[in-house]
Amino acid sequence: MEILIFAETDDKGNLKKDAYEIASYASKISTENGGSVNALCFNASNAESLSDYGVNKIINSKNEELKNFDAGNYSKCITEVFNNEKCNLLVLSSSSNSKHIGGVLSVLIDASYVTNVISKPSDSEKMTVVRNTFTNKAFETVEIIKNKTILAISKNSFGLKENPVNSEVVEINFNISESRNKVKSIDRATNKVTIADADIVVSGGRGLKGPENWHLIEELAEVLGGATACSKPVSDLGWRPHSEHVGQTGKPVSSNLYIAIGISGAIQHLAGVNSSKVKVVINTDPEAPFFKAADYGIVGDAFEVVPKLIDKLKEFKAANG
Amino acid sequence: MKILVCISHVPDTTSKINFSENNSKFDKAGVQFVINPNDEFGLTRAIWFKEKNNATIDVINVGLQDTETTLRKALAIGADKAIRINHDPKDGLSVAKFISNYINENNYDLIIAGRESIDYNGGMVPGMISALTNINFIDKCIALNISGNSVEAAREIEGGKENISTNLPLIIGGQKGLVEESDLRIPNMRGIMMARKKELVVVEVSEDPSATHSKSFEKPQPKGEVTLVAADDIEKLIHLLHNEAKAL
Repeated sequence: MEILIFAETDDKGNLKKDAYEIASYASKISTENGGSVNALCFNASNAESLSDYGVNKIINSKNEELKNFDAGNYSKCITEVFNNEKCNLLVLSSSSNSKHIGGVLSVLIDASYVTNVISKPSDSEKMTVVRNTFTNKAFETVEIIKNKTILAISKNSFGLKENPVNSEVVEINFNISESRNKVKSIDRATNKVTIADADIVVSGGRGLKGPENWHLIEELAEVLGGATACSKPVSDLGWRPHSEHVGQTGKPVSSNLYIAIGISGAIQHLAGVNSSKVKVVINTDPEAPFFKAADYGIVGDAFEVVPKLIDKLKEFKAANG
Repeated sequence: MKILVCISHVPDTTSKINFSENNSKFDKAGVQFVINPNDEFGLTRAIWFKEKNNATIDVINVGLQDTETTLRKALAIGADKAIRINHDPKDGLSVAKFISNYINENNYDLIIAGRESIDYNGGMVPGMISALTNINFIDKCIALNISGNSVEAAREIEGGKENISTNLPLIIGGQKGLVEESDLRIPNMRGIMMARKKELVVVEVSEDPSATHSKSFEKPQPKGEVTLVAADDIEKLIHLLHNEAKAL
């Protein structure tokens, strides 16, 4: 199988963790089934690092016009490389940008498209993959009908697997057309870890009693190097911005560690955080449904437990570097 | 302004998820269906355009007759006309193809879809429609203002938002932020009565444009018991997270 991955960079031009994860995924497929792995990236400053994760050919385009995301130009460039390299599988991450262009690309390259993928494709006669569905309440096995395929991999479902190879790094120039959507400005908190990129997420609910107590959540997240999040009632009450709301109608979380403080665990909330690996709950009510979904729990008052947890974690971090 | 809102007919967020026919189909027994929440934010934004800018709103769904209750609800909230493409879609591409065909024949200024449906979570239909109709596209749209032909919008990105200007015609993948939860409309008696008289067109189709087929479903293994740690033994929690869960 000839594979192309779209390896995304952050705003500083460094490849994102997602890029190494989808490289690991593609490399595993090519090791088992033959074929090679190609990667396309835009303005990557460390493109060659993809060779540590099994990418054979790294195609980097240095072009100021590709600095801002543009669905039209991005999908045109990816289609061009996909066709030139005679690929039959395109692997994407589940980032906002990749999801934005996934549907567009599936039409442009006439491919079967599957999102939230959590398994390698089966190598049976008719290719199938497994994906998350019903907001992580079920898994679905999907059969691919067309002879070209796009798979968007669910974050943290495959992990990083180093597989150093000798790679060829090439530069490419594209003809960029005028953007149909103009990016006027970007508002982004630059010093905060985002929910999408975080390995650890600390989330607060109504049990915290008011926005003035959010320093507890923020301090705990800071000690852990994690992102802050909240339950739906908290964002509906305006205590925290919508962008922090995790759950079925908010953001999905698939972090390594999710700490829920003062969140009872409504079914819609649990659906959104189900794919996190380890869940910890701190709640005064031992009957809170979250205790049934969590791995570890403390029945106790957040206002007493969290400050102690922050102190002990600081000691732990100091002792363990 | 002519608006088309794509409506997905989905199980209510509190539904228990079960599968029937040898785990090959979603079990609809006893399940309450609603307008997909992401679509409902978009529909409400469309109603504001209708109230302030004299827009007309059509709603469209690809589905069998049982989805008409959800279309009627959209009419009761304020849409003017409903279209049902009579087809049980196998995948997102089928939905996108049929809706695109309808758009190409009926010329809309603004098409509003949800970022994703909360049942199958495909998140692909709006992007596919934009490619099939060659219409400008903004996914994860959280703000939308239109004056004449020009559009000022915002798109959610990791850790923030991107402010965008573009032109009609436009398709968006909408979500909360277009309007707030408290702005959502509940159908009143007058709306429900009027909805009965509004037009609901059924379009017959014969082809199957699907590119993927769902084979089977499986539910996650039930989780083991939670390990409780005493509130005064925080060290134990840190020890467990570090040594057992390997999460620290």
